[in-house]
This record gives sequence, C-alpha cells and structure tokens, in this order.
Amino acid sequence: MSQVNRLSRGGRIDRSQPLTFTFNGETYQGYAGDTLAAALLANGVDVIGRSFKYSRPRGIVAAGAEEPNAVLQIGSREETQIPNVRATQQALYSGLVAASTNGWPSVNNDLMGILGKVGGKMMPPGFYYKTFMYPSSLWMTYEKYIRKAAGLGRAPLENDPDIYDHINQHCDVLVIGAGPAGLAAALAAGRSGARVILADEQEEFGGSLLDTRETLDGKPAAEWVAKVVAELKTLPEVTLLPRATVNGYHDHNFLTIHERRTDHLGETAPLGAFSAPQARHRVHRVRAGRVVLAAGAHERPLVYANNDVPGNMLAGAVSTYVRRYGVAPGKKLVLATNNDYAYRTALDWLDAGLQVVAVADARSNPRGSWVEEVRSRGVRVLTGSSVIDVRGGKRVEAARVAAIDPVAMKVTSPGEWLDCDLVASSGGYSPVVHLASHLGGRPEWREDILAFVPGEGNGLQKRIDAGAVNGVFKLGDVIANGFEAGVKAAAETGFKATAGDLPRTEKRVEEAAIALFQVPHEKPTARAPKQFVDLQNDVTAAGIELATREGFESVEHVKRYTALGFGTDQGKLGNINGLAIAARSMGISIPQMGTTMFRPNYTPVTFGAVAGRHCGHLFEPKRYTAMQAWHVANGAEFEDVGQWKRPWYFPKKGEDLHAAVARECLAVRNSVGILDASTLGKIDIQGPDAREFLNRVYTNAWTKLDVGKARYGLMCKEDGMVFDDGVTACLADNHFLMTTTTGGAARVLQWLELYHQTEWPELKVYFTSVTDHWATMTLSGPNSRKLLAEVTDIDLDKDGFPFMTWKEGNVAGVPARVFRISFTGELSYEVNVQADYALGVWEKLIEAGKKYDLTPYGTETMHVLRAEKGFIIVGQDTDASVTPDDLNMGWCVGRTKPFSWIGWRGMNREDCLREDRKQLVGLKPIDPLKVLPEGAQLVFDPKQSIPMTMVGHVTSSYMSATMGHSFAMAVVKGGLKRMGERVFAPLADGSVIEAEIVSSVFYDPKGERQNV
Amino acid sequence: MLHIFCPHCGELRSEEEFHAAGQAHIARPLDPNACTDEEWGDYLFFRDNPRGLHHELWLHAAGCRKYFNATRHTISYEILETYKIGEKPSVTEAGGSEKKPVAKGVTA
Repeated sequence: MSQVNRLSRGGRIDRSQPLTFTFNGETYQGYAGDTLAAALLANGVDVIGRSFKYSRPRGIVAAGAEEPNAVLQIGSREETQIPNVRATQQALYSGLVAASTNGWPSVNNDLMGILGKVGGKMMPPGFYYKTFMYPSSLWMTYEKYIRKAAGLGRAPLENDPDIYDHINQHCDVLVIGAGPAGLAAALAAGRSGARVILADEQEEFGGSLLDTRETLDGKPAAEWVAKVVAELKTLPEVTLLPRATVNGYHDHNFLTIHERRTDHLGETAPLGAFSAPQARHRVHRVRAGRVVLAAGAHERPLVYANNDVPGNMLAGAVSTYVRRYGVAPGKKLVLATNNDYAYRTALDWLDAGLQVVAVADARSNPRGSWVEEVRSRGVRVLTGSSVIDVRGGKRVEAARVAAIDPVAMKVTSPGEWLDCDLVASSGGYSPVVHLASHLGGRPEWREDILAFVPGEGNGLQKRIDAGAVNGVFKLGDVIANGFEAGVKAAAETGFKATAGDLPRTEKRVEEAAIALFQVPHEKPTARAPKQFVDLQNDVTAAGIELATREGFESVEHVKRYTALGFGTDQGKLGNINGLAIAARSMGISIPQMGTTMFRPNYTPVTFGAVAGRHCGHLFEPKRYTAMQAWHVANGAEFEDVGQWKRPWYFPKKGEDLHAAVARECLAVRNSVGILDASTLGKIDIQGPDAREFLNRVYTNAWTKLDVGKARYGLMCKEDGMVFDDGVTACLADNHFLMTTTTGGAARVLQWLELYHQTEWPELKVYFTSVTDHWATMTLSGPNSRKLLAEVTDIDLDKDGFPFMTWKEGNVAGVPARVFRISFTGELSYEVNVQADYALGVWEKLIEAGKKYDLTPYGTETMHVLRAEKGFIIVGQDTDASVTPDDLNMGWCVGRTKPFSWIGWRGMNREDCLREDRKQLVGLKPIDPLKVLPEGAQLVFDPKQSIPMTMVGHVTSSYMSATMGHSFAMAVVKGGLKRMGERVFAPLADGSVIEAEIVSSVFYDPKGERQNV
Repeated sequence: MLHIFCPHCGELRSEEEFHAAGQAHIARPLDPNACTDEEWGDYLFFRDNPRGLHHELWLHAAGCRKYFNATRHTISYEILETYKIGEKPSVTEAGGSEKKPVAKGVTA
C-alpha cells in the first residue's frame, strides 16, 4: 500500500525525499516534511489506537498539540522508547518505529473492544471506583490490569543513550508562538533592538499561515512568513527557537521552553559539531522582561453521536493535512459547523479535486463571503442543521444530517443519512489560555466570540496577549494586534519600536458563530449513542450529565469524577465542550461554571529533558578525602556519609564485613589502627568574642578552656534537643577550631551564622569552613604513641602532652596540628595536616607503622569501637527528640552559665523533665551471639497482645570482638532507673531477643586506656 | 522560580541561590528563663501563616551567605522588598499590625 491518500501535488513536503517508517510492525512510506500523523493518514491508516475505557477504534482527529488519539510509543530499541508522543507533533524521519499504546492483541482486533461494546452501558463515570473498591486490598491487583488495558505507553527499561541540556536565558521580550501574531510581534520588538526570543512548537515558523488559503499582499501567506523569518534572522539580538514549546509560565516572569533539537532527525541525536555528542532536547529557563503570548487557538469539535469513529476530524486539521502535507484523509466530506471559518475546509477540499457531500451549518441564514463562495461552487449547504449521528465501525461510512434547534436542544427534522468517509466539524475556537493560567489567572468568558480568553489575572504575569489567544481571529487584525503587542513589549522594556508596514489582507464579510457545543439528538443524552467530549479519556456527554446529577457540581469535581481533561492532552480538545455541557445540565451559564486550572507543563516533557545533565555521575557531587587513592588501592569498601565516600572497612582476601571489622577492632585495641577522619566538619572561629559565642551555642562552659586544650561539646536547638556534637580546641585566646559531625558540617556553620547575623551581631566573631583544608588521620591504640614518635618532632610525653590537649609541630616533615582526643577509648592522636600534604603523610605513617602492625580501619570499626565506649553518634543514637539528660550526658550541661545558652530554656520545659522519658542505655543480649537489629522496637512484656506497648528502640547494635559478645545501645522509657531489668525485642519473623539493661559504657568504664 | 534581590549583593538573583528560613522578626527573648513554658512554646513553635504580606527570613546560601529579610505576598508570591537584618519593613499589611502580646520576660 503506497500513500493512497497522498494528493498528486501541493503541500510543504519534499517529494524527492521519501522516508520509510513502521507503524505496528507494518512498513510505510512518507516524505520529508511530513509529521508522523500526516504520513499515517497518507497511507490510509484509519485506526491508530483503542480508546482508554471502551476500547473503541480511534483515528487521528487533529493536526497539533490538541490531538487526543494519536498518542503513540516511539522507538526501535529498548533504550530509545518514548511514550505518549503525539503523532501530530512528531516529524517523520527515516526508520521511525511507532506503535499504538493500547489494543490487545492488536488495534484492529481488540478483545477489550468487545467488552467495551457489551459493557459500555455498564461503565458509567466512577465505574472503577464503584466496582473495584472492595476489597480494598485487591485494588493493587485490579489496578495493574486496568492500567495495562487502558495503556498510555510505557517507560524504557534501559538507560537513555542521549544527553539533555538546560540553559539559562535572559531576554527583554519572549514571544510565544510564531503564527501571524507572534511573527509580527517578534518583528516589531526585534527591530527595536530588544533582545527577543521567538519560540514555536512546530517544525517551522508560520503557524496557521503555513496552510491558510488566505493571501498576504496578494501572495500566498507562506511567502510573507519566509520574508519575516529572513529579516528576523538578520537581527543580532533575536533568537529563533522552532520545535520549542513554552511549557510553563512560572513566578516572576520565569518561563521554561522545551526545545526538541534533534527529534526530527532520528530517535537518537546524531553527532554535532566536531563529531561531539549533542543534546537531544534543551530546556531553556528564561527570565523575560515581557512576554507576548501569541499561542493561537484550538478549534473545538462538535459533540454528536459516534463522533469518535475514525474519519471524524477537526475542520481545520483537514485543511492542514490537505494544504500543508498534500494528504486527503478521505474522499467524500461532510462538514458540520457553526461558523464561517470552517468553510475554508470545504474550499480546500474542492481545490484538491475531492467531493464535498454537504455542509451542515447550525446557523439559520449564513451569508459570509466564504459561505457564498462554497455555495457558488455548487456545494449543498444545509442551514439550521448539523451532523447528529455517524455510522461506521473502523471508518466513517455515513453521517446523518438533520435540522436542529440548538437553544431548545431539539432535533427538528428526521434528517437524512449522507454517504461519506470523512466528517469534519468545527464548533468555534478556544484561545490557548493555558500559559496565562499557570500562575492562577482565571480565563474570562467572552460571549461575543463564545470562548474563554486569558484573564487580566492577578497582574503577576508581565504579559501582552496577541492574536487568536486574545480573541482576535480575522487575519489582518491578528497581524496588526501582534505588531502592536511587539511595539508595546519593546517600549515597556526600554526600547523604541518604529512603525512598520503591515501586509495587505483580503477583504471579506465574516459573520459571527452561534453557540453550539453538544449537538442535540432525538433521544435524551443518556440514551443516545455515545457523544464523546474527551476522546482520550472516553468521557461522554452522558457521563458529564450523570456527574452533575450525582451532585458533582463544581467544575473541579466534574473533572475528577469523569476524568474529563485528565489525559496527557489535558483536555485541550474537550474541556470547553465539557464545561458547556455541565453548565447546561445544571442550568447555569458557562462563565458561572468556570474553568479548571491549567498547570505546567503544556505538553508532556520527557524525563531526560527534566533531568538535563543532572544524572549519572553528575546527579550529585561526590566528595573524596585526600587519601582516596590510597583507600582504593588498598581495597577499601566505601560507605556514603552525606556526599562523602568514606572507607567502610578494608577487607583482606576472603574476609567479609564481620571478619574484617573484628580484625580491625582487635588491632586498635591491641596495637594501633589508623582512620581517615578528614570528613569531620571543621569550622575555624576567630574574634575577641569567639569564646562567648561558644558559651552560647554549646551546652557546656568554654570560659576557662586554656590555649592548647580541647573540649567535647554538645549543641542543642532552642527546644533543648541535641543536634550536633564535637570537640573544639582553643588555638589562641581568640581563635578556636570547632569540629562537627561529618553530615552536620554545613548545617552547623549555617546555624552559627544565623545566630551571629540575626541575634548577636554585636559579638565580634567570624566563622570559616576549613573542612576541606585540613586532612585528619587518627592513630588509635596502645602503640600509637610509639608509632607517632617515630615521625614527629613533637614531644609526646604523657604529662607534657596529656589527654584533651593539642600541639603544633611537624609530622612526617609536614607542619601539623596533633590533637590528643579519642573516639575509640584508646590512646589516640588526631593528626591534622594541610590536605595537599595528606597522602604523603598517610603513606609515611603506614610505612612507619609496619612494625606495629598498623591497621587501617573504616567507619564500621569506628562505630563499633565508639559504641563499646558508649560514645554517641548524633543522628544515630539521637533523633531530635533527645536531650543531653536523656543521653545521660548531664555532665556536659553548664547549668550555671550566666547566659541562657541555646537549649537551656528548652530542656527545662515540663515535658523535658519527665522521669519516664526515653533514655539512652546499653543492652546486653542474653544470648551473646544474637545481635539486635538496629531500629528494633522494645517492649517490657513480650507476652502482651498486639499492638504491644513499645517502650523504646535499639539505636546502635554490634558484635564486639573485643568483649566476645553482642551489645547494643537503645533508648528505653525511664531506662536509666531500670539497670539490670530485661527488655524484649519482638522481631518481624516472630522471634524475640531478650536483653538486659546495662550502662551504655561497656568497655573501660573508667577511661583508663585513653588517658595514659 | 522567584527572582530575589539580595540587599547585600545588590543584585536580582534566582531563587535556587537562596534558602527560605521562616518568619522574620522573631526575636529571641532576652531572658528565656523568665518565660513560662507557654511563652517559650510560642516563641519556639508558633508562626504566622498569613494570606497576604509575610515578612520572611532568607539566606543567600549559594551567594554571600548572609541572611536578610523579604516582604513577600503569600498568594501572588510577589516580593515587595528585601532589607537587611535589623531594618524594619517599609511595606506592611494595612492596619494589620496585630502584634502578639509581649510575653513576660521578653524585652526584645
């Protein structure tokens, strides 16, 4: 079959460039310049898919973004699959592979269609809600099959091979739409020297001018388009973006444009300049001074019985296919209209040498110029009439035209069946108000044009409307309106536009339309054959009437009950008809009914475009310490701590996590281990009031901390709950180095800044993050002093350099600060050197440590060792509901500090003083081999009935190689007074772990090992 | 995406450089210990949620790292002014200065 519907001449296609493509496995041919929809119609493909709910055969209806049926799956390979592509907006390329998204086993022989036919009457709105509600546990099962049957495409299972870009743009004037109004606006604004972006969703600029039969300056309108585009290209401040849909109009005149840069070239982007990969889509993030909205209008179809049978199309779409693509989607046309403009379709059809069976005009006495021209060419024009019903299965076979009274909603003559294969209808034009509504602006109804236009809104959009979107439909007026908008936009952004010459248009009489949305039928709507309003979601006029009868009176409720406008097309075609039907059904006016809200995006956007470059290794920054290369070379397994990659453990051959951690723990306890602690947050604090500031943000006192000493501190929020901890050292009287948790570094710095900038600006103190400047390596274990002594000039004598002090000197030949602090309970030195020296220092320590069997250890061993000592990890053993007293760390609270420091008042609230608060304790499982799962809930009585009274949970839990048994930390209600009592952890598998409440300090409770 | 004028940098910058930090002008009581639990709870937990003008604290997080205030309309999202910490807003809700009674011990 070769392009049976292709006209022998005409159209903007390149007949010298045939392109082969497949649809549902069949191979077809089209031409360069075709859309996929045009090529399918050229090949006589009537059935494009099955409908959402009733599985009725559906064909192409429209030629643009409003297409509800031809929503296809594109892609020849798994990784290039794209769902929900509108065939009307997809340029044809060689090798394109398209498929219907529903219909099983095929769109032409669909099993669900039989169900739809049989069950149609039994599937009113709310059918799914009403039928599949019970038992609710089965909804998940139902849903899976319902979704599969409904079918709206599927996501690819493999990674997208293409790249996508985001780009920030700033312009004086953004012109949305390059039809007659938009081109004129861009020309006017561009000539003024303003920076202009002109964006249009179609393959080429021109909009309706690309297929209109109207002339400009006596020549085909497309010639004027070419002239204007040529001039725009010469203007250096003008950016032209075809294939670019302005999808969202956001706050403060920020708009997003989805530009499809290579979708017309193939399913993946070809290599670009210098053979480099190029972005397939680009999202422009535009901050615009002024926006000229020239988005045009969508034609509304009429709602008559069986208006969904393939072969029912929009009148304007028929003209587009004939004139722009040289495709006649049928042979014998019946046209139904309520306005003058649709008569152009009859003339275009006649010019193509095809038969117009009849025009049914709902108006009683139309006398416009185009009407008379159609009459003069011998076409039968039936006035006061409309198409009320259509016959046909997979293709229109006949249309019944009868006299109607649209006000009384009555059919006034028996009518007659007219043989035809195409019914084109036009119910008037709906301005594309979507973008104007994105910030909440309500469209306003204009009775004179029977349409909603963008409202003034709330004045949030610096926007000027032009052309059809503004309710201006006559071509000459549209261009003048656009030009005026461009001049105004330029002037409002500080540019002076010069007067321009407008092209001459034809003079003719145009008459107004009359209101007609749903066409009457002899039977009441509920009994008449289905009259579809929203084709994508199978919403019928009867369904909308039912919704209003069942009490869904708000337009938003009607929408949700019937699913009107819920599809990927957002009801571009059906919304206004639906509103009109709901309004009539309730006896109110359309403006009283109001519209639903439009949200970004205007058309579907691929996830690739949304993600841009923020995917793969660029999804999130990764932070490495200066010793990363050594860790990798020595086989470390890594753990994510915030954005940091930290060594988790260093397995030797054949070791698993547990074996490695046991070995690392014993090495630290018995000899010496080394940990990369560089990720700890470090904040350099300087200024005469630094000490006072520390007094206010830490729970404990800092007044008497001498130079050379270090102290552990807890930080609380105002509510008295612990939010960070760490050791701060006094470097000089006005100079401190604060350490924070790895994950809390940025948060703590911001917290300090908040209080300094907003509460205590009089304090002279400055904060600088130095986390990345200093690398930290911790030597821990009884042999750490001997090891360090070999590589440093610092005197490590235990009295001269005692616990909780620091010294400056050289380590491995590099200036270093060495802190005697310990997170393991062992004799420890934290060596800090400038990060760029760190790897060398680390390697020298490793070398010097060989004779002590120096063992590198990771975060897991660190966790076990600190837990054996009962040292908390903020965020693991605390959860923003834990006070220092809850942690049994009252020793760290300066109860007599003069200034009411952050947290003091909060932790003295009545609730914080309760004795039965959850308190941190140690747990010793009765079975020493059983390790409690972290997070396990605890109960006092495991025999109680479910739901049990939970009294706390396990916060940290490990097997201790040092002690030879499992142990845990947990918060337990009143736990500090329950030492020796039992708690139970009932687990999901039915087993119960019993444990004894003990002190959270398991190992070396007197701290003798760290203080030697 | 909001367009916010940083009063420290003197430039209009995009929202993604900023963090919102809640309601502005909530001074920490000078003597927290003199507050009742209820007063302290008010200071700590209760915030206005106006339909209309809202004075907010913002942080130019990916910029100068300074805090500042903004008067923003919560319906339109229009930002009517930004001003430094310590300054008073020049745009306020007409007649709507419904100041909460000052808690005991709160002298700020």
